[in-house]
Amino acid sequence: MTKETKNPSIDRVDGRMKVTGGANYFADFELPSMAYCVLVGSEIARGTISSLDTKKAQGAPGVLGVFTHQNMPPIPGWDAPIGGQADGPPPKPKTEETYRILSSPKILFDGQPIAIVVADTYERATYAASLVKATYAKQASRTDLSKHVAEGIAPGGSGDYSRGKADAHQTAPITLEANYTIPIEVHNPMELHGILAHWTGPDKLMIYAKTQGVNATQNAMAQAFKLDPKNIHVHTEFMGGGFGMGLRTWPQETAVVAIARKIGRPLKLVMNRSQMFTLVGHRPYTVQTIRMGADQTGKLVSINHAATAETARYEDFTEATVNMTKFMYACPNVSTRYRIVRLDRSVPIWMRGPGEATGAFALESAMDEMAHKLNLDPIEFRLRNYTETDPEHNRPYSSKNLREAYEKGADAIGWNNRKPQPGSLREGNWLIGYGMSTGVFNAFRWEASARALLKADGSLTVQSAVTDIGPGTGTALTMIAHNVLGVPVEKIKVEYGDTSLPKAPSQGGSAIVSAVGSAVFDACTAIKQALIELAVKDGSSLAGRQADELTLANGILSVEKEPGKKLTVSELMQVNKLTVIDRTKESKAGPDHQKYSMYSFSVHFVQVRVNPLTGVVRVAKAVSVADSGRIISPKTAASQMIGGVAGGIGMALTEEAVIDHRFGRFVNNNFADYHVAVHADVPAIETIMIDKPDPIINPMGAKGMGEIALIGFAGAVANAVFNATGQRVRDLPITPDKVMQKLV
Amino acid sequence: MNPFQFTRATTPKAAISAITKESGTYFLAGGTNLIDLMKREVIIPERLVDINKLPLATIEKTASGLRIGAMAKNSAVADHELVKKHFPLLSMALNAGASAQLRNMATVGGNLMQRTRCSYFYDTSMPCNKRGPVQAGPDKGKPNGPSGCGAIGGFNRMHAIFGSSSKCIAVHPSDMCIALAALDATVNVSGPKGDRRIPFSEFHRLPGELPQKDNTLLPGELILSVDLPTNRFADHSHYLKIRDRASYAFALVSVGVGLDMKGGMIQDVRLAMGGVAHKPWRLFEAEQFLKGKEATEVNFKQAAALAMKDAKGYGENDFKLTLAPNSIIDALKTATKTA
Repeated sequence: MTKETKNPSIDRVDGRMKVTGGANYFADFELPSMAYCVLVGSEIARGTISSLDTKKAQGAPGVLGVFTHQNMPPIPGWDAPIGGQADGPPPKPKTEETYRILSSPKILFDGQPIAIVVADTYERATYAASLVKATYAKQASRTDLSKHVAEGIAPGGSGDYSRGKADAHQTAPITLEANYTIPIEVHNPMELHGILAHWTGPDKLMIYAKTQGVNATQNAMAQAFKLDPKNIHVHTEFMGGGFGMGLRTWPQETAVVAIARKIGRPLKLVMNRSQMFTLVGHRPYTVQTIRMGADQTGKLVSINHAATAETARYEDFTEATVNMTKFMYACPNVSTRYRIVRLDRSVPIWMRGPGEATGAFALESAMDEMAHKLNLDPIEFRLRNYTETDPEHNRPYSSKNLREAYEKGADAIGWNNRKPQPGSLREGNWLIGYGMSTGVFNAFRWEASARALLKADGSLTVQSAVTDIGPGTGTALTMIAHNVLGVPVEKIKVEYGDTSLPKAPSQGGSAIVSAVGSAVFDACTAIKQALIELAVKDGSSLAGRQADELTLANGILSVEKEPGKKLTVSELMQVNKLTVIDRTKESKAGPDHQKYSMYSFSVHFVQVRVNPLTGVVRVAKAVSVADSGRIISPKTAASQMIGGVAGGIGMALTEEAVIDHRFGRFVNNNFADYHVAVHADVPAIETIMIDKPDPIINPMGAKGMGEIALIGFAGAVANAVFNATGQRVRDLPITPDKVMQKLV
Repeated sequence: MNPFQFTRATTPKAAISAITKESGTYFLAGGTNLIDLMKREVIIPERLVDINKLPLATIEKTASGLRIGAMAKNSAVADHELVKKHFPLLSMALNAGASAQLRNMATVGGNLMQRTRCSYFYDTSMPCNKRGPVQAGPDKGKPNGPSGCGAIGGFNRMHAIFGSSSKCIAVHPSDMCIALAALDATVNVSGPKGDRRIPFSEFHRLPGELPQKDNTLLPGELILSVDLPTNRFADHSHYLKIRDRASYAFALVSVGVGLDMKGGMIQDVRLAMGGVAHKPWRLFEAEQFLKGKEATEVNFKQAAALAMKDAKGYGENDFKLTLAPNSIIDALKTATKTA
């Protein structure tokens, strides 16, 4: 029974495969007569191609074709006048442009593919791609959001929010107004993006993709090529990191599929690192303003949170940047406003923690600023505004143990050592500071299905189409199956990442343990019921016992009251002439879910060391506490938190994709100049799991934690830097120049 | 990457003759920079002469100090007992550069020869005066991308505050060279016209009107070794590198310092900075000021102020006008153990 007892730590079930090269990623697959695609990107951000010379490329050794807007094979499903995404609804209000890859000479963003070169080897395709030469009629481009904030438009679907009085902060005894900026951040997983497309018949397609959802890719391709999804087989067992960039099918993937059909050979595209900055989304540059009011007792009077983010001219991307503000604290007057500005940029996409991480940086920095104004400890200020019910929806939380999380995290970091007066703690040349921040993210439970097959030899196979993007999905599903059926972990095999398996949602939104885990739970429970029914029926050695008297563990059915009375599962199956018990279950949230607000919570604590002369900030210690229901797999859960914190350190201190706005073009689109946090930036990270089951969300009581691992972390660092130095940095990343003090 | 010929030389003489014979020929040592430049088509060689087999990797004691072969790997130099003991500044600077993998490939000669990491230099669709014309192939002699300095008025966070010109504000990216500049190294080279010795401060040059030229090597010349004269700085050396992340990032500002101390007094001192100029930047005036003075924060501040006399920012790198003197002070404090 998973809900009541804590789970033991098991090793990542696919860990050995991953470190020995046994795990196959999309680009590992090789097919006979496979050819390679290389993309040629535009060198301007806005304008029109005036000439395109592909002659030299076509004549280069091994070249099978050069595809441009002049000869690109049609993509039949793209004839409908929709807003750029083959599988998406038209945007409202209508965008001024539509982006259809290689369909027109018009350039909508820098790096937009202007040609796809196909050759028999990757190297030859790369060389030929360098021979494609374009000239452009260039137009002035707009890529700098900070210059166009006033032009924000209200996107369709997400209206402004308000409760209480919108202008309450004007009359609050203590007020705060501050602007916060998040730069463009790029997911930059280790694994490069791409696709391997193979037409196995005139209308049959096999795809090895880098996608966070094989079913989503299957549907997108079915629409693009007007095929029955049944005829499209998508395989993505493993992903070398996704962080959100694999949550949609990108136009260049669809183009490769179309070209593969035309050329009649399997085609592989592996993009290069600089293309990862423009063609697979990013966290949008976002500017935020928070106005906050509080009274002398430390109670919030009002919060007003406005955010403006960039998007493309051809597609509206929106995310939940301001949502946390609506329900995080007990505050009578709250209003939020979210706007987007269409620029000559490629479209963003969710990046781990997505908008909530952007919003949390602003809100949790502002909470710290206000606590300082009130001369209150930042935790105490949060506790004075703690809410046991969701003030946005006026309903209870399904579970919330945030008080305990504050307490445990504070203990672990040594919060008692913190001095309220900034700049009070010093060790040699270094100032020491402590900071904390809260994170929160929806606990979703999407519809999912899974199949479980118990064999007479006692082994169990669990199947679901879900892709493992790295968090340990296979390990968690193994644990859930083990908890229901008592099959030893080493006798459980999880098969996933393939459309031939039962449908599952995309791996994203911290939802997979809850969604797919529930389906696995249900399928295994169905097997257990079948076993017990067989065990108690006439003729069985356990005949006549009540179903609920039986326990099942390690392949043995027993009756607690009758020690020694045992029946093995294999005996039972043999007697009943069964080689396998096979159950498939669809699982989804019940109607009860409407009565509750379901969230996972986190609290991040950091100790920073700051050199006031050089402005260097080091995260010396980090403690992250997760309140995300019952923890299914403690080891991979901790690992997921650690990964989120490492990402959070990058967000806080180092990551920023820089555009030279004169050209609308990135100047640091490589791993030397775009600074992902490296080992030296990341200290030992302590993770603490509250590990209390959520009674409502699902039968395991488990909620997701992929996003909360990151959400809030950057705020904790900024707050610690303030505590160390008295310098409030509101623009990420916190680089040395923003912290150093002027001496000479 | 464009097709190129590949040959291998086993003697310095053969290497020099191979590179002199045809233009568009480049030496290939560790390849940690040249291969990147080829991939980005910043450099398009006709021919590569692999010099990895040249017998030039020795690190040995000489009558006047230490001789380091041009083909010695960065990691081998950093870990060498004589270097660690007598020239710790060099070891520290090397270990502050790149990553362990790159240091295992990169050579001392290659480190001297590495090109700037200026984004505009690397992106041939962006303006840059440093790239010059295409060096080989059918487009030989044509401009390799638009001219002008993209960094002036653009992204110049990483760029020079000393010795720049209207043609180029790029910086030399090396950490190792900052230590070599501070330690008064000499570069031994051999060329078609024979051997010569180049004082380190004359090896790299400022951009002036010819930003394509990073150094004073003559056509066909090959670096054989680097000599370090004996010094008394081993006990008070420090390399401080300030960068946008803790490892594997180029310097915003770096400071190499070596001092000869007696009591609290500075007998002699060497100071050089990285990330601030087109060449490793020696702080001669600051050194002069500190000689014979007490190691105090007041003196360090004055020295830092002297060092900054001719500094000039370009907007995004204005912060270096503060970070550089602060870093000099911080490095001096650490090296003199007065922190």
